[in-house]
Amino acid sequence: MEVQQFYYDNKIVKKFIYATMLWGIVGMSVGLLLAFMFMFPNLTDGISWLSFGRLRPLHTNAVIFAFVGNAIFAGVYYSTQRLLKARMFNDFLSNFNFWGWQLIIVAAAITLPLGYSTSKEYAELEWPIDIAIALVWVAFGVNLIGTMIKRRQRHLYVAIWFYVATFVTVAVLHIFNSLELPVSALKSYSVYAGVQDALVQWWYGHNAVAFFLTTPFLGLMYYFVPKAANRPVYSYKLSIVHFWSLIFIYIWAGPHHLLYSALPDWAQNLGVAFSIMLIAPSWGGMINGLLTLRGAWDKVRTDPVLKFMVVAITGYGMATFEGPLLSLKNVNAIAHFSDWIIAHVHVGALAWNGFLTFGMIYWLVPKMFKTKLASTGLANFHFWIGTLGIILYALPMYVAGFTQALMWKDFNPDGTLVYGNFLETVNEIMPMYWMRAIGGSMYIIGALVMVYNVVVTIRSGQKVEDELAEAAALTRVSSKRTSGETFHTWLERKPIQLTILATVAILIGGIIQIIPTILVKSNIPTITSVKPYTPLELEGRDLYIREGCVGCHSQMVRPFRSEVERYGEYAKAGEFVYDHPFLWGSKRTGPDLLRVGGKYSDNWHFNHMYDPQSTSSGSIMPSYSWLINDEHDRTNIRTKMEAMLTLGVPYTDEEIANADALMDAQATKIEKNLYADPDFASSYEASKKYAAENGTEFVEMRDREIVSIIAYLQRLGTDIKIKETDELISENK
Amino acid sequence: MLKFVKGYMESIDGIATYPMISLLIFFIFFVGLFVWVFTASKEHIKEMSEIPLENNDEQNTEL
Repeated sequence: MEVQQFYYDNKIVKKFIYATMLWGIVGMSVGLLLAFMFMFPNLTDGISWLSFGRLRPLHTNAVIFAFVGNAIFAGVYYSTQRLLKARMFNDFLSNFNFWGWQLIIVAAAITLPLGYSTSKEYAELEWPIDIAIALVWVAFGVNLIGTMIKRRQRHLYVAIWFYVATFVTVAVLHIFNSLELPVSALKSYSVYAGVQDALVQWWYGHNAVAFFLTTPFLGLMYYFVPKAANRPVYSYKLSIVHFWSLIFIYIWAGPHHLLYSALPDWAQNLGVAFSIMLIAPSWGGMINGLLTLRGAWDKVRTDPVLKFMVVAITGYGMATFEGPLLSLKNVNAIAHFSDWIIAHVHVGALAWNGFLTFGMIYWLVPKMFKTKLASTGLANFHFWIGTLGIILYALPMYVAGFTQALMWKDFNPDGTLVYGNFLETVNEIMPMYWMRAIGGSMYIIGALVMVYNVVVTIRSGQKVEDELAEAAALTRVSSKRTSGETFHTWLERKPIQLTILATVAILIGGIIQIIPTILVKSNIPTITSVKPYTPLELEGRDLYIREGCVGCHSQMVRPFRSEVERYGEYAKAGEFVYDHPFLWGSKRTGPDLLRVGGKYSDNWHFNHMYDPQSTSSGSIMPSYSWLINDEHDRTNIRTKMEAMLTLGVPYTDEEIANADALMDAQATKIEKNLYADPDFASSYEASKKYAAENGTEFVEMRDREIVSIIAYLQRLGTDIKIKETDELISENK
Repeated sequence: MLKFVKGYMESIDGIATYPMISLLIFFIFFVGLFVWVFTASKEHIKEMSEIPLENNDEQNTEL
């Protein structure tokens, strides 16, 4: 048999490792800044692009796609070549993957702080970047499958299956969730509205966790843990069951993010059932990872790489136990919208993704640079400060979540809320926010120590070179099953067929949930009093999206006595039919806003945006003073309304033609309302006079951003006012 | 909940077959999976599980 010589591409792996460390520090630092903003809400006072609402998506995107994303590519490019005994399919594609991904990250780091956001969680990037992501992702997929085709190893190891499933599913999710109608270069509207948008978004959002943060990392676990422990995986059979059942079940679980929301019950229950089933494959995988170390636990005591991996796999086990638990409706009723969820995702991100990445880096860097790790002591320090950091992050957030959720639900004997003021419940958990920030600081100190350790290691090492390897070429075997070959053994040597079957497995769940989405549409009740937003409100809504208000405020009153008492009538599916995109939110750092319309005066909103602490003592909302001063750009309102019309929002031609006049009229009315406050009247007139005297430009109040956002906020939830009238406002037809 | 939305399932034709189809999909999927796993040959499984440990191309095996 002819033995071929070839080179493994190590340089691409090196690049991805550097990017992982760089973006890891960036993403975590933004998170830390956000953590401190809970105690010091005006830390970045008046700087719009450093405000909480805009930085939150930057943090989540940076950690998920920049830090974890680059770690995935580093691990996949290293292990795929060795598992398939072949260089990556195409060097250009490898580099296109690398540079394209970094450019996307830079684009995200610029556009998100500037407020260009779709507001859909973990899919906030606007449409041109979405297209770029699709292109780079496909390049990665072609490179991966191409390498599988030209491989020199007959059978595909289980890690490769996880990589293939990752590629296929992320592509499907990204494309379907990002379907949006552009209205300008960096603004678009989701093609789905309300309930459907929510279902598609959380089908995506949940599976971003499943197929971006989990399956590729399981592939890495199945390669790097056996490598580091120098023994095969505990049970290869279990890994096969793990793979197929995980990808088959995971894709269905999305609706557990929408329990007690206006999503139809059947979809909620489907999500719950599958989420509970998920514990079986998840724990199967965790046990498989941990038991790989059977007989090697003595090594865990001395080898920092294995230490990191053990905590990572344990974190995976904890997060995947908690996931099904959180999907139970009675548990979710407490946990949802609270800091419990923040604790949950950080156990996953900090322990599972973070620690597996660190373990992989500590293992790979000395190998690739042909040297020893500069300091095992520092790596151990990193391990301990990181582990303590995770604990100090997660535990206070659990306590905070429980405490606040129970306070939200606490009633007096006379039927009134004990903590009617939302801020009382925030105040109660401030010490937890302090501890979380300290835990986060410890974790990031550990990461910085790693960067230092790695830099010193690299300096003492040699240049990374593509590595020579030898392997026999594959001889041709019948594409049919050979005698004695079982179906799966055959499948393991057929990359295309394996890809197709994995696609089928994930599509079954996707289709069964997405097709009813269309059915749901025909079953959404018409609520005759629900009307499209006025042009000014539509603009205000876009500002609400730009500022990332959805990061802290939900618009989803669940049908609980405590929520109806606090916020008003619970949410109905028919209320959201014109919401492109939906803005239900997933976290209540501040109160729900679904029924905020008409609750406060225009002046209250004005003062609250300018200085939240002046109207709400002890509030941790930052000032949005630029909304008060900045002129509002209304030039493309007609394009926006026409886009909405295309998406099925019933604006009339007359309304679109008269958009400017309609906006002016509504804005002037709000301006007049604001004069009700003598303080506003005097200071506004004074600044107007000052501008006139000094010949500086002056923007009328009615043309400022604050007016349109007030218009939107005052509209919220007012379409149905159940309590006041007995009129029939809804019927199925 | 959802007092405004009633009977969305009733409007789908032949809804009763859906649970049966779902059950069959699941049953066949998992039975097939377990049949394969339990009938797989020991040598093949061993060979597969050792793929990551083969060749040891690393230029530096000591950490």
